[in-house]
Amino acid sequence: MDFELTPDQQMITDGLQRLLAERYDFEHRKVHLFGAPGWSRDMWSRYAEMGLLGLPFAQSDGGLGCGPVETMIVSEAFGRALALEPYIPTVLLAGGCLRLAGTPAQRSDLVPRIAEGSELLAFAHVERQARYDLADVTTTAQRPTASADWTLNGAKSFVLHADTADKLIVSARVSGRQRDRSGLALFLVDSNAPGVARRAYVMQDGMRAADVTLSNVRVSSDALLGTAGNALPIIERVVDCTIAALCAEAVGAMTRAHELTVEYLKVRKQFGAPIGSFQALQHRAVDMLVMIEQARSLSMYATMMAEEADAKTRAQAISAAKSYVGRAGKLVGEQAIQLHGGIGVTEECAVGHYYRRLTMIDILLGDSAHHLAVVAASAD
Amino acid sequence: MDLRFTADELAFRDEVQQFFRIAVPADIRRKCVLGQRLSKPELQRWTRILFEKGWATPAWDPEWGGTGWSPVQQYIFKEELHMAPAPEPLSFNVNMIGPVLIAFGTDEQKRRFLPSIARLDYWFCQGFSEPGAGSDLASLRTSARLEGDHYMVNGQKLWTSTAHHAEWCFLLVRTDPNAKKQQGITYLLMDMRSPGITVRPIVTIDGHHETNEMFLENVRIPVGNRIGEENKGWDYAKYLLGNERSGIARVGISKMRVRRAKELARNIDAGGRPLSEDRGFRERVALLEIELKALEITQMRLISAAAPAGKPDPKSSILKMKGSELQQAAAQLLLETAGYEAMEFDRDFLRGAHSTPSPHDWALTIAPNHYFARHVSIVGGSNEIQRNILAKTVLGL
Repeated sequence: MDFELTPDQQMITDGLQRLLAERYDFEHRKVHLFGAPGWSRDMWSRYAEMGLLGLPFAQSDGGLGCGPVETMIVSEAFGRALALEPYIPTVLLAGGCLRLAGTPAQRSDLVPRIAEGSELLAFAHVERQARYDLADVTTTAQRPTASADWTLNGAKSFVLHADTADKLIVSARVSGRQRDRSGLALFLVDSNAPGVARRAYVMQDGMRAADVTLSNVRVSSDALLGTAGNALPIIERVVDCTIAALCAEAVGAMTRAHELTVEYLKVRKQFGAPIGSFQALQHRAVDMLVMIEQARSLSMYATMMAEEADAKTRAQAISAAKSYVGRAGKLVGEQAIQLHGGIGVTEECAVGHYYRRLTMIDILLGDSAHHLAVVAASAD
Repeated sequence: MDLRFTADELAFRDEVQQFFRIAVPADIRRKCVLGQRLSKPELQRWTRILFEKGWATPAWDPEWGGTGWSPVQQYIFKEELHMAPAPEPLSFNVNMIGPVLIAFGTDEQKRRFLPSIARLDYWFCQGFSEPGAGSDLASLRTSARLEGDHYMVNGQKLWTSTAHHAEWCFLLVRTDPNAKKQQGITYLLMDMRSPGITVRPIVTIDGHHETNEMFLENVRIPVGNRIGEENKGWDYAKYLLGNERSGIARVGISKMRVRRAKELARNIDAGGRPLSEDRGFRERVALLEIELKALEITQMRLISAAAPAGKPDPKSSILKMKGSELQQAAAQLLLETAGYEAMEFDRDFLRGAHSTPSPHDWALTIAPNHYFARHVSIVGGSNEIQRNILAKTVLGL
């Protein structure tokens, strides 16, 4: 057992934290948030320069060949800064599908461009009716003969950063019924292909997303990732790795919200004393600390288990972490606002933005109640 | 970063498990499974088995009987001990007075006491709390006046658990009534056979007698039984409380209780199917298991980050708070699992006075152990005191 970071990992942490401290404070972020495209292309190139966009991809494909620990470090730093860039969809979700199921030709075409920051991807999987059931897919992919083009039809929702994505990785059903575990396939689809329509919107935390409809979208047979019909286990692995990253992002966000709160307790005076001298508030701040440390432990656990081969063991660990982190995010976010008092519920105060992001993180890829039920159902 | 056990650590765990499978006497194991309290001879018998193996005091300096295990190995050992289940060696001896003697005792004191402490030939109790000194321990008033080669001690101690079993007591007394309250305290070892000691039982809410109040009237303690310097006792006690805190998470005990609840639930009918299949029950189990997994890792993080000089990380208060809450939650889960079966009260069964197997005896200790678990968030610095410590030392408030 070992909790140390390697020198390389420490270098990523230090470099990214320095970059974000210099260029991603609350005021910078506001500029990105309200400008187009809702995040910073300049920062995106800087992440590319640091190698962050190629982090999890194999070196032979043009990536850095790093693992979940590096992803955890980066995600935690993004969480602290409330970074708005499309890291999760491009590198982790769609990038994950590409990494695990892409053909050599697809990988050698796309990975270098993802890594240099010139290609943005989104993962069009979730459908409105599916809630958190990853197998629930009604979008279809059909072809008349084995060598013919595929035709995609269906509707995808809540597709993170699909508004700016150059390409979508779309899940579709090639056989079976709506919730069957088999019969899914993944396709690489150009966002501007005929028949693809996107309705873009801003999420509650300022992140961008879109609903995507596919009407007779034709893609050639080399747009298929992996084997048709067997995509669900790949999707599950990708989602589990991303959940581990979301947990780390939440830990970063909680940690920063807590720091801001403790700083505020030291400077805000009422009744002639810093409010941090009041025991009731001290104990709240400590309860936040305890919950954050517990969440950090489970974020590490999820990171360690993110690439576990046994799907059931992996899902148990990932769901355990996600359900706890979701609850912790709620408690920490709410208490951060409560301890700030009135200013905490205003848009000019940072803690509210942490709360908004933490709330969205809880929903993304299955909320606390969902993942608790997963753990409860599958425990021995 | 790698949270998995190494191959060596896994091999060590196998070795420890194997030992507990063979070495825990069947009658003692049965009492542990049933949640019964152990008698003094039973704990002595078990401690001596550990002692013979060389495992009675793993965390001690190897020169004085420690095993030289890494923090991870020590953690594995404790966890497997709780899960076996086997009795925990007497904390007063192993976690408290032993480490204090090793750190601050004279060579003569070490030679005289440590082997007997390790073998449980000497059973130590703790004479710290007083009626007016609970969480505010430093306001203690029991006085000691130096008279030639001995101290004359007068006062009253409270919550002296197992004093009725003890041969010795480690005692905090006030030697300088005029100094600032932390600075006039001295640390003494008191022979429990000394004239002037009266121990009166206090029965706790579980119906069991484990703790006491202790009256000291002109008790003579030789100067040679003083630890370190006069008026420096608070420093030694603080060192000890730090030791106590890091051992108090007791994740293994909580895990063992949850495991027991799950086993019992398979044979308890709830609306025509086993309770273990009830969604609400399973979610309560899951919530606890998730928090326990988190605490396990938090504990390992703190242990591996701990400063080498035995100075406890103030964050270890997290372990105390969370560990005690989870012990209570696990006891609560067992209570909910038992339902009606938990209602019968049998004081003799609890203290293990008779253990003729009956089909219902599995539930007899569940409510008492649940009641008694309330003490874990109070003892050793209440959880509110731990919050004060964390607010001050970690958050700087």
